Amino acid sequence: MTKRLSLAALMALIACLALPSIAAAAPSAASVKEQLDTTWVVVAAVLVLFMQAGFLFLEIGFSRQKNVGAGVAKILVNLGIVTLAWWAVGYGIAGFGNDFFGTDGFLFTFNMDIDGARVGGSDTALMLFGMLFAAVSLAIVWGTTLERIKFGAYVIYAIVFGALIYPLVAHGVYGGGLLSDVAGKPVMDFAGSTVVHLTGAVGGLAALLLLGARRGKYGPDGKPRAIPGHSMPIAGLGVLILWVGWYGFNAGSTFGTGGGELFAQVALNTQLAAAAGALAAMATIYAKTKSMDVGMIGNGAIAGLVAITAPSGYVEFQWAPVIGALAGVLVVFGILAIDKKLDDPVGALSAHGLAGIWGTLSIGLFGSPRLVLDDASPGIWYGITDGDFAATLGQLGVQAVGVVATFILVFVLSYATFAAIKATIGLRVTEQDEDAGLDITEHGMYGYPEQFISAEEFGFASVTPATPPPKPATATSMASRPSPQA
Amino acid sequence: MKKIEAFIRHEAFEPIRQELLERGIPSLSISEVKGSGRQKGVVEHYRGASLTVNMRPKLKIECVVDDSERELVVETVLKHARTGSIGDGKIFVLPVEEAIRIRTGEEGGDVLQSHEGSEVPSG
Repeated sequence: MTKRLSLAALMALIACLALPSIAAAAPSAASVKEQLDTTWVVVAAVLVLFMQAGFLFLEIGFSRQKNVGAGVAKILVNLGIVTLAWWAVGYGIAGFGNDFFGTDGFLFTFNMDIDGARVGGSDTALMLFGMLFAAVSLAIVWGTTLERIKFGAYVIYAIVFGALIYPLVAHGVYGGGLLSDVAGKPVMDFAGSTVVHLTGAVGGLAALLLLGARRGKYGPDGKPRAIPGHSMPIAGLGVLILWVGWYGFNAGSTFGTGGGELFAQVALNTQLAAAAGALAAMATIYAKTKSMDVGMIGNGAIAGLVAITAPSGYVEFQWAPVIGALAGVLVVFGILAIDKKLDDPVGALSAHGLAGIWGTLSIGLFGSPRLVLDDASPGIWYGITDGDFAATLGQLGVQAVGVVATFILVFVLSYATFAAIKATIGLRVTEQDEDAGLDITEHGMYGYPEQFISAEEFGFASVTPATPPPKPATATSMASRPSPQA
Repeated sequence: MKKIEAFIRHEAFEPIRQELLERGIPSLSISEVKGSGRQKGVVEHYRGASLTVNMRPKLKIECVVDDSERELVVETVLKHARTGSIGDGKIFVLPVEEAIRIRTGEEGGDVLQSHEGSEVPSG
C-alpha cells in the first residue's frame, strides 16, 4: 500500500514538473518530501541491516576454521533477539520521556500516541532504522569474545542490551536525555560514533575482562602470539560490506534526502574518511613491521568509518580525510598495545572504541559553524580562526562528557550482566571444547565439514573415474586445425 | 637405533616438542592423521540429519634416536600426552637399520640428533 502511494507521489511529482498548470491538483510539495524522506530512511535501514553480513564475514574471516559456524548462528540469533527486544521495550526507553529514560512507545503500534503525536509511516521508518542501529551496536560487542564464549551468553546479554543498555545511551543523546543538554550544549554525535560504536566496544571490553584470552594466545612468558584468522578474503569482504552499509548508517541519519544537500555531504565525508583510514593504517603498520598487513588495512578502513560516524554531518569535506587518517593511525597503535594484555581477535576495542572516542571528540575540533546543532558551538579550529575560543573549547568538553558518561554507563551495566551470566550458566566453554572448536561442541556440526571429516566417512569419497572423461570439443577442434607453420 | 612413533592429541605436541628440544632431541617429524580406537566417534548434526564420524584426528610424531635415548623420548611423551581419558593415543618403538644424512652422506647414530647444541635452533 505504501509502495503504491510512493509511486503515485513520484508520478505526481513528474507531472508537476512537466505540466506546471495542473500542479494545484497534485499533492503538496511537503507531502512529496515526506514520502521521499520515508523512502530513503527505509532504504538506509536495509543498508544498515546489510552491515550484519559485514560483521559476520569480518568475524568469521578472523576466526579459525573450527569456529566459523558459531559465528553464523550468533549473528542470526542476535539479530532476531535485538529486533524483538527493540520493538517491545527498547524503542520506548530510547524515545521521549524524562532525563534518564523514555516512557512511551512500548510494544510499538501503528497510530499509537507518543508524546501527543500519532505514530505514522515516517515514525515507523525511523523506529525500524533505530532497531537496526541497536543490532549493529550489539554485533560490535561480540568481536572481543570469539572462539571461546558460550552461546547462552549471547542470548541473555542480547536481551538486556537490546531492551535496556543501548536504548539508555540512545535516549541520553538522541531522545532528549541528559546528554542532549550538558550545561546548555548538546553532545553532538551525528550517526553514533559514541552511541553505537563506543557502546558496542565497551560492552565487548566488559565481556573480555570476565572471559579472558583464548587458549594459547599468551605463551608461558606472557608474550602475545598470533592466532591467525582462517580467511583474509572473507574478512576483506566483511570490511567492504560494512563500508557499503555505512552509506545507510551515516547518510541515512539525515532522516531524509533533504533536497539532496546534507545527505550527499554526509555520504562524501564517509567515503573520504574510510579511504584515508585504510591508507593511514597501511602506512603505520608498514612503518612498524615492514609488512603491509592485510587485516590491519581492513581495520584502518573500519576505524576511519567509525571515526567519521559522529562528525559526518557536522564537518566540511577537508576534515573528513584528516579524521579518517588519524583514526587509521590510532587503530594500529591501539591494536598493538591492547594485544599485549587483552585478546581481542578482530580489533573491536581499537576500531570501534578508540576510533569512536576520537570521532566524537573530533567534532569539538573541526565542527563547522554552518552545520553544527543550534545550541552547539563549532570546533576549536573555527574558535581560533574566527570565533569565540572559550565556547568552542566548551563544546570539546561537552563531547568528552558524552564519551565518559557513555563509557561508564555501558561498562557498569554490561559488566554486571556478564558477571551474572558467569555466576549462573558460565561465560566460557571448557578447555576441551575450546580446543575442539565451538562449531562441533556448541552447534553439533562443522562449519567446513570436509576440513574435519575424511571424505571416506561420508560414504561418497571422490575417486578417479574408471574411464577418462571425453576431451572437450574445443581441444579437438584446436588439434585438428592446421598449425600456422604448416 | 630406534624409531619412536607416537599417536597423540594435538594439544600435547607443543610441550613435548619443547621438552625434547631442551633435552637435546631437536629432530622429529609430525603428521596429521585420522584414526579410530576405543575413543567414540563424534556425531555431527546437519539440519536435522546426523552423521557419525568414527575417525578422530590425531597427531603422529616420528622421532629416530640412539638406543640409549629411547627411554627419554618415551618418558617425555608419556608425561605430556597422558590425560587419563580414553583417546590419549599410543607409542610404538621400532628398530631402525640405518640412518644417512643427505647433506653429507654420513652414516650412523651420529646423524640422528644434535647433541652439542651447536645446531639447536634458538627457541
